[in-house]
Amino acid sequence: MAKGKAAATRPSGGGSDAPAGGFVQLLTPDGDHVGSVTTADGTTYSVDFTDEEYRGLYRDLVTVRRLDAEATALQRQGELGLWASLLGQEAAQVGSGRALRTQDMAFPTYREHGVLYCRGIDPIMPFGLFRGVDQGGWDANEHKFNSYTIVIGSQTLHATGYAMGITMDGKTGSADGEAVIAYFGDGATSQGEVNESFVWAGVFNAPMVFFCQNNQYAISEPLERQTRIPLYRRALGYGFPGIRIDGNDVLASYAVTRAALDNARNGQGPTLIEAYTYRMGAHTSSDDPTRYRIASEVESWKAKDPISRVRAFLTKQQLADDDFFGEVDESARKLALDLRERVLAMPDPQPVTMFDHVYPNGSPEIDEQRAAFTEYHASFEGSGH
Amino acid sequence: MSRIKEFNLPDLGEGLTEGEILAWLVKVGDTIELNQPIVEVETAKAAVEIPAKWGGVVTKIFHEAGTTVEVGSPIISIDTDPGAGDLPEPSAESLAAVTIAPSEGAIEPGMVGSPAPAAPGLGRTPVLVGYGVREASVKRRPRVSTPAAAASVAPVPAASAAPAPASVVPPAAQTVAPARSGPVLAKPPVRKLARDLGVDLATITGTGPLGSVTRDDVHKAAEGPSKPAVVAGARPVPVFDASREQRIPVKGVRKLTAENMVASAFTAPHVTEFLTVDVTRSMKALEKLKARRDFADLRVSPLLLVAKAVLLAVKRYPMVNSSWSAGTNEIVIKDHVNLGIAAATERGLIVPNIKDAGRLSLRELAESLNELIRVARSGKTPPADMAHGTLSITNVGVFGVDTGTPILPPGESAILAFGAIRPTPWVHKGKIKVRQVTTLGLSFDHRIIDGELGSKFLRDIGEFLTDPEAALLAWT
Repeated sequence: MAKGKAAATRPSGGGSDAPAGGFVQLLTPDGDHVGSVTTADGTTYSVDFTDEEYRGLYRDLVTVRRLDAEATALQRQGELGLWASLLGQEAAQVGSGRALRTQDMAFPTYREHGVLYCRGIDPIMPFGLFRGVDQGGWDANEHKFNSYTIVIGSQTLHATGYAMGITMDGKTGSADGEAVIAYFGDGATSQGEVNESFVWAGVFNAPMVFFCQNNQYAISEPLERQTRIPLYRRALGYGFPGIRIDGNDVLASYAVTRAALDNARNGQGPTLIEAYTYRMGAHTSSDDPTRYRIASEVESWKAKDPISRVRAFLTKQQLADDDFFGEVDESARKLALDLRERVLAMPDPQPVTMFDHVYPNGSPEIDEQRAAFTEYHASFEGSGH
Repeated sequence: MSRIKEFNLPDLGEGLTEGEILAWLVKVGDTIELNQPIVEVETAKAAVEIPAKWGGVVTKIFHEAGTTVEVGSPIISIDTDPGAGDLPEPSAESLAAVTIAPSEGAIEPGMVGSPAPAAPGLGRTPVLVGYGVREASVKRRPRVSTPAAAASVAPVPAASAAPAPASVVPPAAQTVAPARSGPVLAKPPVRKLARDLGVDLATITGTGPLGSVTRDDVHKAAEGPSKPAVVAGARPVPVFDASREQRIPVKGVRKLTAENMVASAFTAPHVTEFLTVDVTRSMKALEKLKARRDFADLRVSPLLLVAKAVLLAVKRYPMVNSSWSAGTNEIVIKDHVNLGIAAATERGLIVPNIKDAGRLSLRELAESLNELIRVARSGKTPPADMAHGTLSITNVGVFGVDTGTPILPPGESAILAFGAIRPTPWVHKGKIKVRQVTTLGLSFDHRIIDGELGSKFLRDIGEFLTDPEAALLAWT
């Protein structure tokens, strides 16, 4: 446990920066550690990290932000067709990502680069998709991390189906059981798929966590166009608990996700977590947020930055010094440069490879199409045939 | 690789074709770092900063701020190894290397080296996400050309399975089963296009996947029989030659005409009716007029009698001489006829009118017509003469055509087209005779004038022209 950590138990509600109705917050924007939080239903949330683990969380946060910045630059330099930046949402992703156990399965959107990193996956994995040199078809089972899903909200159905599958396989119902986490955004809560998932997961007690990163905007649509009540309260209508956390607090994200996952793996059914956060950048590199957001709003969220509060905490508690912070920045920079080099070196695919994974064992019709397509490409100059 | 690297403007947002340089954040000679912001560019989607792709020294900036640049063209060049001393004079090889290096940019792989001429902007550019994408000219890789040596080879029989190098047939065409059975394959939008163009899909040989009929196929079919025996694979590419177009700025009379036509055509629902009449007696009456001393100094033409016929018919059906006042929700019936006469002038179409023409005697009317036409041809018609017309005549007969469906001048409710008068076989008193015959076309504003009223008005004009003397006696 960290030196000098405040031991007081605080009621649910969070600090002065909390939205109406409060949220679970363990680390304030100023870097003060609250200790533990007990919610209205009597659940107490806290973390019990070693000093090294606190420093590790900081390293995660800085690294995923730095890699994300490199990806944004690569897109602007014409090296990626598109990029969906996670800027501002690092704490929600790192906290929940680190709460996952090895056996747990994650279903991301297209923005969960931080979760991917915390799963121990090589961060280059999704870059083939954004560079347009592959279809993002990695082995979901190998990484326990499903494909990036572009269609808004559909991954919640896949997650629910997967959760039902592991239930039927008898892999839940114990402290060592498996659990599933489905990521989505505030806009997705208006999609039919997400609501169908809620219904199914609630009725069948699916072992899963619905992790909503409420970053306040569905591209340009503000939250008030999605809901009249806080999103986490919707869970009540579907018959399972919902809880809101400070999405910029990596500790709250970790503590609440870990508890929700444990409930799921123990057979206690689903939980909706609303991580209240803010997308500091554009929706994607094709978007211009200045057309629908005012600068003062962005400024107010800068004061709640997820990384600076951890740095403040580490400094105040004397868990880290400038040498440490400098070393983290430098190693993140090196990782980013390495990522850049490897992205630029990604080979262009042969067009004909698009036929490779249509059917697991091929098909005569696909073979015919492949042959015709190969011949078509051979009819161009410089095709090497 | 060369020290000097050119950075091409990338596609910053999924399908954009150009961007405007808002501001340069660096200048020639500046030392820059990797990912340092160098330029602000605004596209149809967003204004963004572009970070430097390489560290080094800026050696050239290709476009000033304010320039719109095509995606894929160079905007800045950077010396990526400035510490290595002065640059050697660029050799041909190094220049070639410079042009190849930017292929790392947004250019389609395989495009480098020999880009095909840009096809005319025929391609439609569908986009999944986003707004404001312009249609791009489609660049294609060149096809393998016909080997010269093969030209002398005797044509390979079509039935032969051997590859025929003399004509590289696109595999897309090969996969098309020539003998199609069963329903025609075509996407719904293509089916609609065929319907719109009146093309029967069953008559088209599709060139799309599985022999499906494409948009291009339908367009080709609609353009008529294709040119004979075009070898597949050597499909003629339509040549776009801007020098064969003439571009005339739309202004003046042309602009006004266009605005009036559009305003009228899309506000007043037009109906046009036709009546073919035997005007032999009118022509004889004209001869008599010309013989009169008081008309001796005047040019009298069939238009004079048509004008008279219209003016007399308006007296019997005053509702025709009216206008629709949308602002006040009223129909305004006028007791004066400002008779417009459409005149072709060097500056274009104008419609001056004869004020209160209904009060004029036939001689006065003839004088007014002559004066109106003379002034119009001299190009000196004052604006007042073109204002406040109430009803118009267009004499398309002078161009040798039979009739037309004229568009109402704005604010008027009827316009009569008067066609050429031709000697025509005609049933006259029970026998076929050669008579002087013309066709009248009357367009009217169907908001005000019902079919019955319009028909009666047109019929009376016809009656007058059939027998002007009897009509005058009966109506006046």
